[in-house]
Amino acid sequence: MKRIVFPIMAMVLYGVLLMAASSVAAPVVPDAESGKRGDLPRFLVPSAVSRENFPCSRCHNFRAADRTKRKLKEYHSNIELKHAEDQRWCYDCHEGDRLRLQNGRLIAFTESYVLCGQCHGTIYRDWKAGIHGKRSGEWDGDKLYRVCANCHDPHKPRFSSIEPKKPPMKPSDIKDR
Amino acid sequence: MEENGRRRNPLGLKLPRRTFIKGALLGLGSAALLPGQAKAAWEAFLQKNFREMSDEEIREVIARLEKDAAGEWGKEIKIDASKAKPGVKFGYGLDLSRCIGCRKCVYACTEENNQSRTPQIHWITVLRFAKGEKWLDLENSEKYYNPKEVPEEGFFYLPVQCQQCENPPCVKVCPTKATWKEPDGIVVIDYNWCIGCRYCMAACPYGARRFNWARPGIKAEEINPDTHYLGNRPRYKGVVEKCTFCVQRTRAGKYPACVEVCPVGARKFGNLLDPESEIRYLIKNKRVFRLKEDLNTEPKFFYFFAT
Amino acid sequence: MIIVFLKALKRVFQGDVRYYAWVAFLLTVIGFGVSAYLRQADQGLIVTAMRDQVSWGFYIANFTFLVGVAAAAVLLVIPAYLYNFKPIKEIVLFGEMLAIAAVVMCILFVVIDMGQPLRVWHLLPLVGTMNFPSSLLVWDVIVLNGYLLINVLLVLYALVRLAAGKEYKLALGLPLILLSIPWAISIHTVTAFLYNGLSARPFWNASILAPRFLASAFCSGPAIMLILLQVIRKLTRVEIDNRAIFKIAELVAYTMGINLFLLGAEVFKEFYSGSVHAAPLEYLYFGLHGKAQLVPWMWTALAFNVSAFVIFLIPRLRENLLLLNIGAILIFVGVYIEKGLGLIVPGFIPDALGEIYEYWPSATEGMIAAGIWALGALLYTIMIKFSVPIYTGELLKKPARG
Repeated sequence: MKRIVFPIMAMVLYGVLLMAASSVAAPVVPDAESGKRGDLPRFLVPSAVSRENFPCSRCHNFRAADRTKRKLKEYHSNIELKHAEDQRWCYDCHEGDRLRLQNGRLIAFTESYVLCGQCHGTIYRDWKAGIHGKRSGEWDGDKLYRVCANCHDPHKPRFSSIEPKKPPMKPSDIKDR
Repeated sequence: MEENGRRRNPLGLKLPRRTFIKGALLGLGSAALLPGQAKAAWEAFLQKNFREMSDEEIREVIARLEKDAAGEWGKEIKIDASKAKPGVKFGYGLDLSRCIGCRKCVYACTEENNQSRTPQIHWITVLRFAKGEKWLDLENSEKYYNPKEVPEEGFFYLPVQCQQCENPPCVKVCPTKATWKEPDGIVVIDYNWCIGCRYCMAACPYGARRFNWARPGIKAEEINPDTHYLGNRPRYKGVVEKCTFCVQRTRAGKYPACVEVCPVGARKFGNLLDPESEIRYLIKNKRVFRLKEDLNTEPKFFYFFAT
Repeated sequence: MIIVFLKALKRVFQGDVRYYAWVAFLLTVIGFGVSAYLRQADQGLIVTAMRDQVSWGFYIANFTFLVGVAAAAVLLVIPAYLYNFKPIKEIVLFGEMLAIAAVVMCILFVVIDMGQPLRVWHLLPLVGTMNFPSSLLVWDVIVLNGYLLINVLLVLYALVRLAAGKEYKLALGLPLILLSIPWAISIHTVTAFLYNGLSARPFWNASILAPRFLASAFCSGPAIMLILLQVIRKLTRVEIDNRAIFKIAELVAYTMGINLFLLGAEVFKEFYSGSVHAAPLEYLYFGLHGKAQLVPWMWTALAFNVSAFVIFLIPRLRENLLLLNIGAILIFVGVYIEKGLGLIVPGFIPDALGEIYEYWPSATEGMIAAGIWALGALLYTIMIKFSVPIYTGELLKKPARG
């Protein structure tokens, strides 16, 4: 029992820490798997892993893959796919513990931006140049780049509206003591 | 005039010279023993324009100002006076296709730059425009929008702050040269030199400058203690202030607070003289424009649409 | 001569009940003004109604109007000296004293409008960092102080000569007098350029501003002079020929005509072209987006100016002293509104980002402004009380000693 619980707890803790770290605009120790690769950014803030489901192979090694496009009822029912859902579904992008590109090639979760960049080429280009996405780090040194999934939920990427902060005071309301 | 061979002084007093000299020296000596406060006040009054001070004088002034600020605001603050780095000219990019008008930048700026809470000062103004109408119809823009959620359907948002013009009209009109453009392109103000005439505010086409109509009201726990002489150190009643591209952060290599806090990544920043910077990339590859370009102020604040 | 001056000084403290009542009234108003200013100095300019959107208001409005009044003293100088129109020549002194009082008030209005008045030395060359020639405000400081100096010298010179029982010697004073003419025009041109040069404020950034300033100055200043001269004539032994008064009135008619013409030119340009830059003028005369606080004031000012123009234009009307005085007051009030709040505030409405903040001076602002006006009036009263006995020669019964 301990052998299963401990790794799971460790991974949960790791995921929580990563989420906490990535939401603060402070330099984060980069993941060992990311690094300079051609024109790709150097310091990537990785996205959080799913607390319940990672690693996928935990379950999917023991199940036969039913690749019929359908609405899932038993598991992953909390994932609502609103991202080109007429054209694709889970198995078009996921394959076990990896992600699946259009040409069949499998990539790690840490390189998820390659997957997104397949369709969102212009944004991928802007992101690599540093003009897409939240900016932090050092403008003249180690700039921090976040991977897509850090800000955008891959299954339902559209940002929901948020409450704005208060409007400024009108000049007639600014009074002396 | 001489009378009876002896000089007659206007007061009509018979004062031997020696007594006079003794008395004068005693008076001057006691004046030198003025309480430290009066001496400090005198030094503060005589403080020179920042640009005329030597490095040694700057150090002394900063020591005094840090002491004053600790007494005034109840918190230890550090005032930096780092100079502009050579080969750097700051530029700013604002992606209008992303801004959702949440005003997080406005308040992040307020906290980072020690702006007065009472009376309220915001260096950044976010304007809301209706889509599909006159382009940038400032007269029909709305600054006080307060919906439940943003962005609102049919509107777009345009934040405005100091445009850090290359040809700043505010610098041109300041009678005392209290505001000037630094080598790295930031237009700064020496808060101890400004006389509060507000000519620069009349001259600014972007409404970017703010005046301290009263003594700034900030709580000690809200004060950001890492300040710069030309940037976010706590100001005084009766002087002008404005966005300085977070000079205390950007000269230390960091992004301005507004850039970092923007939740949708609408704000970009970098060195215009570095061809590899993201600001140069966006100027080259996106269609950029600046506000009121017909006035030839040459702002370094570029608006664009990424999509 | 010193004896004469000392005698005249003594006269300042002697007068009838009306004089004491007047001085007491002025001192009271000044007292209120000082207490209001102390409150402003303590709390800051937040006690005014000015805010970031309208960052110049009543104080600068008064300053602008008074610079015009100061410049207009020269309107008396031109006919007096250049055309040797004797009836006016004798009363130029009182015009120059008005210029002195007006410039002093101007300087005061600027100083109390500053956020950090103790730092005014930062403006000076050598000890401070004067931004010359770039900043028009510096030019204004130079020309205003220079104008004050010129007028003080001229008045002192005249008084010294009069105290010695002699006429002013034109040869000595003439260079200074001739300098004062372009200088007077320059003080108002520089003040106009102060606003004119700001491309950020389309309402001001119009070439017509400088000519309008001069035209409105040259009708409002002499209008005040007309009233003051009649007061002096009534209360002292100074003889002022009606011809002088009517000549001034005639000149006022022409300058008011030019003023109205220039206003018409502005109105045509803005409303016919119909660009967004018409907004400030629209705000003034018709209201903008429902905000119409200044509309009744502007129409009143226009009515006053047109009526006054008619009165001054028709000789039969202007030579009726009652109508003349009504006309003078109408001009004073009309130009005060038009050039004061009607010039400064619409420069900021709408502001640089299109916002409309309807500014109206606060009570504190009004009190401080009233205090400064009272101070100017007191200064002028004292100058008159001092100089009239010298002027009429009544102190020269004994020859001066030394």
